[in-house]
Amino acid sequence: MRVHADREICVGAGNCVFAAPEVFDQNDDGTVELLDPRPAAEHHDNVRDAVARCPSGAISLPEPG
Amino acid sequence: MSRTPPVPLHMQRTPFDPITDLARLRTEAPVSLAEAPMGPVRFPAWLVTRYDDVREVLGDAIRFSNSGQAVRAHVAAAVDEETAARLPLAAQGSLIGYDPPDHTRLRRMLTPKFTVKRMRRLQPRIEAIVTEHLDVMQDNGGPVDLVQAFALPVPSLVICELLGVPYADRADFQRRSNAQLDLSQSLEDRRAVFEESRAYMAELVRRQRSDPGDDLLGALVREHGDELPDEELIGLGGLLLLAGHETTANMLALGALLLLRHPDQLALLRDDPGIVDQAVEELMRYLTIVHSGVIRTATQDVTIGGKPIKAGDAIVCSLPSANRDQALADEPDVLDLTRKPTSHVAFGHGIHHCLGAPLARMEMRIAYPALLRRFPALRLAVPFEEVPFRTYSAVYGVRSLPVAW
Ligand code: HEM
Ligand code: SF4
Repeated sequence: MRVHADREICVGAGNCVFAAPEVFDQNDDGTVELLDPRPAAEHHDNVRDAVARCPSGAISLPEPG
Repeated sequence: MSRTPPVPLHMQRTPFDPITDLARLRTEAPVSLAEAPMGPVRFPAWLVTRYDDVREVLGDAIRFSNSGQAVRAHVAAAVDEETAARLPLAAQGSLIGYDPPDHTRLRRMLTPKFTVKRMRRLQPRIEAIVTEHLDVMQDNGGPVDLVQAFALPVPSLVICELLGVPYADRADFQRRSNAQLDLSQSLEDRRAVFEESRAYMAELVRRQRSDPGDDLLGALVREHGDELPDEELIGLGGLLLLAGHETTANMLALGALLLLRHPDQLALLRDDPGIVDQAVEELMRYLTIVHSGVIRTATQDVTIGGKPIKAGDAIVCSLPSANRDQALADEPDVLDLTRKPTSHVAFGHGIHHCLGAPLARMEMRIAYPALLRRFPALRLAVPFEEVPFRTYSAVYGVRSLPVAW
């Protein structure tokens, strides 16, 4: 799984940090910080959850899986 | 005095659930013409009830504007141009009534102040505030109105400290917030209370400009004072103060009542600290206290859920209905505090998604378990039928909640 995060789109709501704290954090400016662009399999469910719960569409999974 | 305008469809509840008419619309006519309120004025608006359609509208700030143009146009037609021009909408000069690029500019100034990390730093202080209020309740003994003793003061004090608003002024700003959210008020009363709120915030902003505090308003003045005109600082301060206490307060009180009606779920939350995050998300989804958020205006001809909508039309997104859609969750009408968190829209969706969500989540995850553990025998002190609900408020909840233990 590859994760993509776009800070220009992010509205800093922090939903991703709640859903997958191992993979997402927020920078000092409040926008998303990708801690791990290629998360291990054990985090995949949480990452998909984070993508679904992101209100702005700032995070995505460019490759299937 | 007893002027009771009919409650618009999208605001009717029984008393926790959205009325069954909304569920019927969701399957039979997911986008339909309904009535939206602005004081005594009722105007036609497209009512969007499906989860996917609601996300589509809220997720597209280009085609669906927060500027309030449609509401103004309807008020101009029903009353007159001047009343419409002076209509106090969501919060003027503030984030929630702005579209990009102005929205983007303001939101970027604020997001750093509300990150999950920052809110976690507030945790000990919020815990202390919660404990203090529970201590007072315990010392005084029941029965007590949970709204006045706990649900309202806790988030009020938190947002006052965060923003830099004197807590001593709470009786006045709580009264004004209540009135600002009341959609049955006459347009004159509505304007009067908005003007009173702005005058209050203008004075706070004036003081912060001359001597910026180490609170949020002070930080905005220090970091962005030159780019932020007074108009916007006042609008932002007013929005944060209102949104920062009314919403969480209503979640706490209405949530407590819901749990009292579901003793098995109450026991789960009280006895298992491990489920608190899921439980908070489920209470948010199930109760969805914000009926619709800002009424959107279509900026161009569009089609939603198969319905052609014209540029300039008003659109109401029913958040409670969306959150009871099968497309979001299995058995959506069941309250299940152990449910895996859903991507609900109780905090909205898209660029206006609640800025204060990390704060609200933090407050709720501290307050509910603390209340239930302090008073394991918490019970309603009046018959359920006598609990007064906030029927005409843009933010649903209870007006008072007598409890004992
Ligand atoms: C449980 C509590 C809360 C609920 C249910 C809630 C709900 C919402 C909803 C539904 C929206 C979107 C409105 C729309 O799109 O028209 C929103 C926006 C907003 N909320 Fe909250 N909220 C809560 C707590 C808070 C708190 C504690 C704050 C305080 C700081 C806050 C500040 C805001 C602001 C500033 C916006 C506007 C954001 C924007 O336009 O970019 N909210 N909230
Ligand atoms: S959930 Fe989306 S909008 Fe919110 S911080 Fe994460 S990436 Fe940004």
